[in-house]
Amino acid sequence: MLIKKTPDILSSEITDSRLYFGRRRFMREAATLALAASLPTRLLADKPTWLNNISPSDFSTSEQPNSYSDITTYNNYYEFGTGKDQPQHQARNFNPWPWQLKISGEAEKTGTYNLEDILAGRAMEERIYRLRCVEAWSMVIPWVGFPLGELLKEFLPTSRAKFVEFVTLNDPSRMPGQKTRVLQWPYREGLRIDEAMHPLTILATGLYGEELPNQNGAPLRLVIPWKYGFKSIKAITEIRFRETAPNNSWRQSQPGEYGFYANVNPEVDHPRWSQARERRIGAGIFAPKQETLMFNGYADQVASLYAGMDLKRNF
Amino acid sequence: MWLKPVNTLLLRRRLIKPLVFALCGMPFIQLALGAFGVQGFSLGANPVEMLLHSCGKWALNLLLITLCVTPLAHISGWRALFAYRRMLGLFAFFYACMHLTIYLVLDQSMLWSAIIEDVLERPYITLGFSAWLMLLPLALTSTKGMIRRLGQRWTQLHRLIYPASILVTWHFYWQVKQDVREPLYYIAALALLLGWRLYRQRTRARSRA
Ligand code: HEM
Repeated sequence: MLIKKTPDILSSEITDSRLYFGRRRFMREAATLALAASLPTRLLADKPTWLNNISPSDFSTSEQPNSYSDITTYNNYYEFGTGKDQPQHQARNFNPWPWQLKISGEAEKTGTYNLEDILAGRAMEERIYRLRCVEAWSMVIPWVGFPLGELLKEFLPTSRAKFVEFVTLNDPSRMPGQKTRVLQWPYREGLRIDEAMHPLTILATGLYGEELPNQNGAPLRLVIPWKYGFKSIKAITEIRFRETAPNNSWRQSQPGEYGFYANVNPEVDHPRWSQARERRIGAGIFAPKQETLMFNGYADQVASLYAGMDLKRNF
Repeated sequence: MWLKPVNTLLLRRRLIKPLVFALCGMPFIQLALGAFGVQGFSLGANPVEMLLHSCGKWALNLLLITLCVTPLAHISGWRALFAYRRMLGLFAFFYACMHLTIYLVLDQSMLWSAIIEDVLERPYITLGFSAWLMLLPLALTSTKGMIRRLGQRWTQLHRLIYPASILVTWHFYWQVKQDVREPLYYIAALALLLGWRLYRQRTRARSRA
């Protein structure tokens, strides 16, 4: 009987060293590949050029951002399921590219554009923003994006453009959540033109310096940091300039609970729960909730937009 | 052959009861492992919400399972099932207490002003709290001594489980933001369980008349 004995010479001493190191390199590459296989496919192929040059922004908060894992596993995105842990799974096979963006309504330049053409060569910034959900939790998220206003101006809105409406992709075969009518599809959102042009309002295409994950609204989403999260519409396929105020999906479904403005406001409660405090995700199991700030802490920049308005009525 | 009456009792006491006990305790153990960060168990990005919701859900699940015992025993004629009813009910109460404790300590950090405001002004919290207040005397009077002492009144008192379970399902329905499918399934299940009792009461009353 043969008993296998551990050799007391290193395998590198028997094997040709070139082969040995070749094998080591192979193993290292295999490990990299295995890691890469768990990342979105487009990341592997090539990082989009517009993410190669990202500059920091003075608008960023100095608060500690949430982990990539928190941001990508706790999502409200009903197109991919109504549970917060569902979008990460149900959006896994969603391939946003190629993506078309339609610009319509009260502007001199309208039409359908390839998103890649719109993004190519555009200057990107990292904007680390607080995000406050209407459900009274919050995160700090390092978005990569650019000011919405900058894009809107390129289409030369006319004087009749008083509002901007946004529409999410409507395709139940790619967005399985749309097979159930929990909301009226497609998801819609709207802003007053001055809110849309505000420098804090951005279109995001990235997260943590990488491409935006599907569950966070790839390939293009809105981020309005002083409003409840549902205003920050995801997977945008159409932007329409309008003279009249558009409706928005949550308000359409429950007008008594969700308004058009949806500004973060600790003094105006949701009819069923308090908005005075919020749970910061990632703060730990024993961390108490923290005080919610007026306009989510962006009052200095945006309060003037609502001067003289009754914020209780215009919730 | 070894399933003589005495041995069935033994089997029940030595094997089935501990088994049911262990099954009822499993959600708790799973949450505890997650809370202590044991490898392979996780409470997700929002652990407080996960604990709160899981305990609430298991309290409701066990409440409905408890309500299944009587219909199942009557329909199948398998009266041995009654032996597990008290344990199931007490576990429902255990999870309801965990749910309440998590709400008070972890969710609200014992901020009494906010808690009192919640209980008085948020109807869904008022409902949950009322339901818990109804379950409390049921748990307190679940001992053999109490059952004997209260006699007929014990049966009357324990009918509180019906309004309590209605309030709890309502509490669940009311706190959901938009997708009410899940609470609706619970409402349907509860309607079936209570409907069976109403139906039986009426047919029995008729047969007596
Ligand atoms: C004692 C007073 C109670 C309080 C203060 C209370 C509080 C709460 C709160 C704060 C939530 C979460 C709401 C949200 O996240 O928006 C909740 C959910 C829930 N509670 Fe209670 N609750 C009470 C009693 C009960 C009882 C007695 C039961 C069951 C026997 C129960 C079952 C549930 C269920 C099933 C949910 C939903 C969980 C889910 O969404 O998965 N609650 N409760």
